[in-house]
This record gives sequence, structure tokens and C-alpha cells, in this order.
Amino acid sequence: MPTWPSEPRGTPGRGPRHSDVAVIGAGPAGMSAAVAAAQAGCSVTVLDLGERPGGQYWRWGPASDGRFHHGWPAFRALRDSFGGHQAAGRIVHLAGHAVFHVDPPPAGEGPGVSSRFTVRAVAGERERGYAAVEASAVVVATGAYERQLPVPGWTLPGVMAAGAAQALLKGSAVVAGHRVVVAGTGPFLMPVAAGLAQAGARVAAVVEANQPLSYLRQPLDLARSWRKLPEAAGYLARLARHRVPVLCRHAVVAAHGDGRLRSVTVARLDPAWALVPGSQRTLDADVLAVGYGFIPQVELLGEAGAQLRRGQDGRTFAAEAGADQQTSVPGLFAAGETTGIGGADLSCLEGQVAGRAAARHCGHQVRPAGPAIIRRRAALRRFGALLDAVHPVPPGWTTWLTGDTIVCRCEEVTLARLLAAVDLGADDARSAKLVARPGMGWCQGRICGAAVAAIVAGHRRSGRPEGGDLDFAESVVSRPLAQPVPLEVLAEAAQERANRDMAGTPDHL
Amino acid sequence: MPEQPAPCPNVDITVDGAGWSVPAGSSIAAAFVARGHPGWRLTRRRAEPRGLGCGMGVCFDCLVTVNGTRGVRACLTDVREGDVITTERGSGFADLAI
Repeated sequence: MPTWPSEPRGTPGRGPRHSDVAVIGAGPAGMSAAVAAAQAGCSVTVLDLGERPGGQYWRWGPASDGRFHHGWPAFRALRDSFGGHQAAGRIVHLAGHAVFHVDPPPAGEGPGVSSRFTVRAVAGERERGYAAVEASAVVVATGAYERQLPVPGWTLPGVMAAGAAQALLKGSAVVAGHRVVVAGTGPFLMPVAAGLAQAGARVAAVVEANQPLSYLRQPLDLARSWRKLPEAAGYLARLARHRVPVLCRHAVVAAHGDGRLRSVTVARLDPAWALVPGSQRTLDADVLAVGYGFIPQVELLGEAGAQLRRGQDGRTFAAEAGADQQTSVPGLFAAGETTGIGGADLSCLEGQVAGRAAARHCGHQVRPAGPAIIRRRAALRRFGALLDAVHPVPPGWTTWLTGDTIVCRCEEVTLARLLAAVDLGADDARSAKLVARPGMGWCQGRICGAAVAAIVAGHRRSGRPEGGDLDFAESVVSRPLAQPVPLEVLAEAAQERANRDMAGTPDHL
Repeated sequence: MPEQPAPCPNVDITVDGAGWSVPAGSSIAAAFVARGHPGWRLTRRRAEPRGLGCGMGVCFDCLVTVNGTRGVRACLTDVREGDVITTERGSGFADLAI
């Protein structure tokens, strides 16, 4: 039952779509960028992994009524204008498209040399085809995913990302389980726990590994972010109403079960996140909703040549973007969490700025974003940086693991196997992967990359500099194909190129 | 006032040969979870069960075969009337004997 009028999948061999602007991702940033560019007179193609626009933050389904969403009225307004531009033919929405590469325009100018980007995607999760979009400007708004830490038992069914539990609720009105523990670090845990409690789950505890009272040590930043306070207070009040205990400086250090989650071990942490001996206790739970902050999804940007910068702990990356959200590649823009974690309000603003700037890049007359937007963007970025500072992930968590703890879920690599490889001298990304295979599976190291990097760095033989030719975290964001691509899709892409060559179409590839 | 959600009819799907009636518009992963199955894929090395991981198409732990297409992310894909879903064991390509 399609609930959003997306474009049907293209016919093979039809050739690429052409539009002024291609937007990758239809979350808060991508939708805002698409609407802003369409308003400026551009033709816009939006490629998104989801079935409906909204992204993970505003994930929805036919059963959604906004009860479990934040900013639902704002989303409906944005969705209405997005849909209006779609109906008018200014926005084409390609749902279920997994973009695997963005080719920047080829170097050089002259007749027959294209100045356009090519966005390549696997079209359709159910029946896969190839889709390409050529555009003069590209906005990458691919968002972020949750950071996970490997702990004993974390692969048990019932252990899921905090966002996964929330997505079940927002998108499908399904409560993940009966007795839930919400754990990790960061302000996101609060709405997840509040939503689950409101939906009828028994939330046994919210387990926060940091000490959020350290917000108070940064009163200036806190004062600048006063708009966020009622939101946080609202979640805390809801948790109190449902009698949900909030444990700070604690973590879920192990999960237990027999084919499915039955209980978790919670322990107190010292400031470096080492276990406080004797503090372990067991809580029954059939769901552990866990997340240690977010990792920007920047593979497409890095591979297209955009400059990235390392996050605070050096294990994650975000895109460098200028005042107009343009990356170091002219015509390639980054908006939302790809430029650093800052939340949905900031993502919408960055999307608006990027959409207008992309339209200007295409030659449309549009004024750049005004000073009010720029000031608000700066304030929200400071707030994002504050959250980053009070929710770090220090490497003490590596002491929670045992030798048989799975580190890489896809390739089922245990800690013992990884450490044995490092002991053999495989202490750079390439050798560690070749010897022990972490990060070589379906997810391509997105889930384990930052964790493996921390483990390898902590265990490498002394005297060897960290990094080598390529460190593990970097290897996650540096890959020619950002999504798994079936061979038949590659064949389709090759066939399309051959057809165009035969037809005499100049091809810059 | 929250808006009223649209009434959701059910759709009929088949999961490993069993008939399931599930709300239209729910993801395949949500259908498994709602029916009390948190895990449905068996891994290729240890044959351990996996279910919903990231919930947003990044971790590939929730893969199922839908109408013959292997490796479909259950967290991203909504159920459709008449879907034939089979759970995956190992690589999901066992029949190729590679």
C-alpha cells in the first residue's frame, strides 16, 4: 500500500535522469534542501533509502499520528510543501534508492566535457535495478547512524539500536518489547525511553554512561541553547511519571539470553569508563535499546573528493562545509548530520541554506540565506558541540569485553581473534582486515569500525605510531561503493554506458 | 490534538510457509517483532540468530528473502499483500553451494 506518491522504478536502459539539483537523503536536511531549491526554480531529484520522505527522525507510516514524533506539525508542513513541489513536477522523489557513488564532474572544460555530477544508485530494495541522475549540483544529506559498542551478548536478538526501537514505534506503531532497558550515552536516549514508556513498555532503566550534570559546567553554552531545555524537561517529566529510573555513570556491560535477550548486566563506571568492581547487577529485559551517540554518514562525500575532518575522538568523520554548506568540491553541498551531529532543527536550517546555494550554483537568482538563519545555525552548532563534549566515549569500554565477545557482527570476529591478529603485527586497517576480517562484511565496518579502531589502537605494540598508511576508522569512510551493489546492477550500469557510447553521446566516464 | 491515524487494513503474507495477517504499512521487521520473533536470520559462521540491529539499513543484520530477492533489509521494506518471505540461513545463497 503506497502511502506516498513516489516515482515508479525506471525502466532499464532508459538512461540517466537529468535535473538541476540532486538531493541524497529525504530526512529533515534533504527535504528542506529539496524544497528550498525547488522554490528557487530548480528541478530537483531526491534519492532516498526509505519508502517515504521524512528520514529516521520523522519516520512514519500509515498508522502514525505524531504521538511518538517530535516536531510533527513542522514535519507535516514540510511534507506538504515537498508534496506540493512533487505534484507540480519540480521535485521527483525516488524512494527505496540506495546511492552507491557520486561522480564529480570530470576535470577540464570544453565541448563534450560535462560539468555535471552523476549520482548512481541501486533502485529498489525488493527488485533491484540501476538508476543514475545527472545534476549540476548535489546536496548530500545522508544523516547519521548510531554508534554501537561491542559488549558480550550484543548480537542477541532483542538488542537493537535505540533508534531501531524508536523506528518500530514511529513507523509501524509496534512496541519493541515488554521490558526494555535503554542504554548508551546522549540526549537521544530520553525521547526513546519516554516514547517506549508512553507506548506501554515497561522501561526498567535508562542507563547513561556519562554524567549529564556536566552541562552545568558550561553555563554559557547552556544559556544559548535555552530553547532545548523545555524539550529535555518534558522527557524527564514523562520518565518520572512512568517511574523510570535514570542511572548516570552506568552502562550495560553485557547482555544475556538463549537465542534472544533475557537480561542485561548493568555496572557503575569510573570517569574513564572502567567498571567499578562489585557494582554489577542484573536487570531482566527482552529489549536493550542502545546507542552511544551518532556517526555522520559521509562515505559518498569522501569518495567524491570532499574534505572531511575528524571528530573529537578521531574515530569518526564529518564533512567540512563552508558558510553556504558547500564542500571543498564546487557544486557538492553537505547538510545536516553529515557536517557534524547537531539535531533536526540544525539539519533543517542547513538544508535550507544548501538548497538555496545549490540553486545559485545552477544559475538561479536567489538570495543567500539571511543573517537570522546564519545566527541560529551558529547557535545550534554550538549546542551540538556542547552535547559532543558532555557525551564522549572514552576507551575504557574496551575492558568490558571478553575474548569471545563478537567485535565485528558481520564476519563474526571475536576480540581474541582480532587481538591475535594485532599481536602478529596486523595493526593497521588493511592488515587487520586481511588477517582477521573485521569490517569486511555487509555493513563494511560501519557498525564496528570506530570500535575496532579503538581496540587496535589500545592494543598495538608500543613504539608503532597509530595509523600507519590507513587507519581503521578512515577505511570505513573511504570506499568506492557506499552500498552493496548486486552484479546485475553493475551490469545494467555498464550496459547503459555502452548504449550511450553507441549512440554517440559524449560520455565523460 | 494528535491527528487520527488512517485506519490500517491488514495484508496477508507468507513467512516460511505460514500465513500471517499483518498491518499494511508496517515494515517486515516490525511484523516479525510484533509476532514475537526478535530474531529470524541465522549467521553464516556460527548459525547464531540475528534480528533488528540498526533499524535503518546500515547493519544488514535483518536480511530476509522477499519474493525470491535475497538480502532484503527487513527494517526498510514495508510488507505488501501476497509477499512470500523466507528467512535466511548462512549467506542466504546456500542453494548456490559456494
